[in-house]
Amino acid sequence: MSDGYGEVRESGVPPTIVELCDVYKIYGRGATEVRALDGVSLTIRAGEFVAIMGPSGSGKSTCMNIIGCLDSPSAGQYIFSGVDVGTLGRDERALVRRHFMGFVFQSYNLLPRTSALSNVELPLVYEGVRPALRHRRAVSALAAVGLADRQAATSAELSGGQQQRVAIARALVTEPPVLLADEPTGNLDTVMAREVMTQLTDVRRERGVTIVMVTHEPDIARYADRVLLFTDGKLVRDGTPAEVLA
Amino acid sequence: MRVLDVLSLSTQAIARNKLRSFLTTLGIIIGVASVVAMVHLGQSATRSVTERIASIGSNLLFVMPGTSLRGPGAVRTSAENFDLSDVDAIRREVDGVEVAPALATTARVVVGNANDTIPVLGTSNEYLSVRNHPLDYGRAFESGELSSGASVCIIGKTLVDEMFLGQEPLGATIRVGRTACRVIGVLSEKGESMGQDRDKTILMPIKAVQRRLVGKLDVSVIYVSALVDGTTKRVQSQIESLLRQRRRVDSGGVDDFYVRDTQEIAEALESTTNTLTVLLGAIAAVSLLVGGIGIMNIMLVSVTERTREIGIRLAIGARARDVLNQFLVESIVLSTLGGIIGLLLGVGGTWLLTWKLDMPFVLSPLIMVVGFSFSVAIGVVFGFFPARKAARLNPIDALRHE
Repeated sequence: MSDGYGEVRESGVPPTIVELCDVYKIYGRGATEVRALDGVSLTIRAGEFVAIMGPSGSGKSTCMNIIGCLDSPSAGQYIFSGVDVGTLGRDERALVRRHFMGFVFQSYNLLPRTSALSNVELPLVYEGVRPALRHRRAVSALAAVGLADRQAATSAELSGGQQQRVAIARALVTEPPVLLADEPTGNLDTVMAREVMTQLTDVRRERGVTIVMVTHEPDIARYADRVLLFTDGKLVRDGTPAEVLA
Repeated sequence: MRVLDVLSLSTQAIARNKLRSFLTTLGIIIGVASVVAMVHLGQSATRSVTERIASIGSNLLFVMPGTSLRGPGAVRTSAENFDLSDVDAIRREVDGVEVAPALATTARVVVGNANDTIPVLGTSNEYLSVRNHPLDYGRAFESGELSSGASVCIIGKTLVDEMFLGQEPLGATIRVGRTACRVIGVLSEKGESMGQDRDKTILMPIKAVQRRLVGKLDVSVIYVSALVDGTTKRVQSQIESLLRQRRRVDSGGVDDFYVRDTQEIAEALESTTNTLTVLLGAIAAVSLLVGGIGIMNIMLVSVTERTREIGIRLAIGARARDVLNQFLVESIVLSTLGGIIGLLLGVGGTWLLTWKLDMPFVLSPLIMVVGFSFSVAIGVVFGFFPARKAARLNPIDALRHE
């Protein structure tokens, strides 16, 4: 699959896709003010696999929500693919998510009592893709995560690992350049966790998709090629897993 | 997002919760069904009243002794009765009319072993046409029988069915009070009207009833039919001035008799049934409103319950308006389904009731359209608030919702 980023990577340095400049996210006011992000600046290049780590309350989820355009910064700039998306309104951010972001969550977040295929088709429904094409793309996305034979299964009929793979298929069916994963293995045992991580590294290799993953497990973070460590809303370390986790 | 996809998302959500969807819709079903049934029944009742009044006889005037206050609940005070000379005077002085005197009483009637108390009406042959109640078979009174007050009678269908029990009534002799009376004719069937069996009756020459049953030479009512349409008003005023003269009512004095037009009675009854229709329809409309509140209630609960689902949809690229549309369409689909089912139930129920009550079945496209559109409108109005609540959810909070 041609992804546009591969060629650039081969020719040298891949372009920057995510750029946060001195970003703050502040909740509350005065004495109860909480700085979830306290002046964070970082850049992520296309095709990178970045793990965000840190204790709970360190701002790692807030950071990912802002990168994923689920939330907007209180102050500072967020440039996505050269566009300032930090100041966009709700519906515009929804459109950025629709076309450029795929989400995978800790608790899978598949629609209940809905078949795997319908779940995967859902983003295409919002994109306005015709049913026949939608169906074809959803089938091949499910096949890509090795669930071609479980199209009709609802989430209750799938194991945790399978549900997370359906979620990955759903996140990737619109072929977004960025995949955001919030504790994708948090609810899985080690066998299934390895299954899901293998899946993520595979899609990254095959499609050159940029992955930003929040995790608190060092074993999982080692799958990434770069680890960002957050403490108290600040980015305190940034380097290879070997450097940061040492 | 494609319109058809919005519709299919909404129907999927409805289908996922069949029982709840049905219960939600039930309010609308009952509301629409009762509005449609009530208004239809009201219209059927109006129609049945007017049809029955037409069957009493058209262009018909009742002339009765006493003082009347106009209106449906007329108050009558006693006054001197008419006699046959008044009837003759009307026949003589007023043009273009048919006049039938009537003296009503009841009598113990014996036919073989059967006996019953039956209304007996002394009258003349004009009654048959004036009151629009023709003979089925047999003959009318002969002039000799009328002038002499012979004991002959014409009987209604109920007597034939219930007292003769299949025997030939013509030529038979029955006992009416203390008089032996020969049956010469049978009236055609009229059916029931306002709780009265109009076929349970006996007609005799008025002189026979006066002498043999009542013992007075009175006439209790004079029926007058205008032969030409649209002349009842003229006939009415002619009769009034004639009777004022004959009964010596001073000009400016209060009449001790009154003339009542069937049209007037029909209008009075019609306005009563129309008022009732509006009243019943209004009560039913309240239940439709309550049904709408039921939809809103369930949709609000549904939005809270599906907060996480809404969060997922927002995360994968649904805009606020996509979520709004989904929930709004969901409530409109529910209320529309309720409207359709309610419409069918309402019309079916009306049909069943009118059939049971022997009323004419009136189908009003207007009220069906109004009832249905009202149910759709309720879906829009009461669905909007919950849908807006869903659309305004913050995706992060919605995703965290347990």
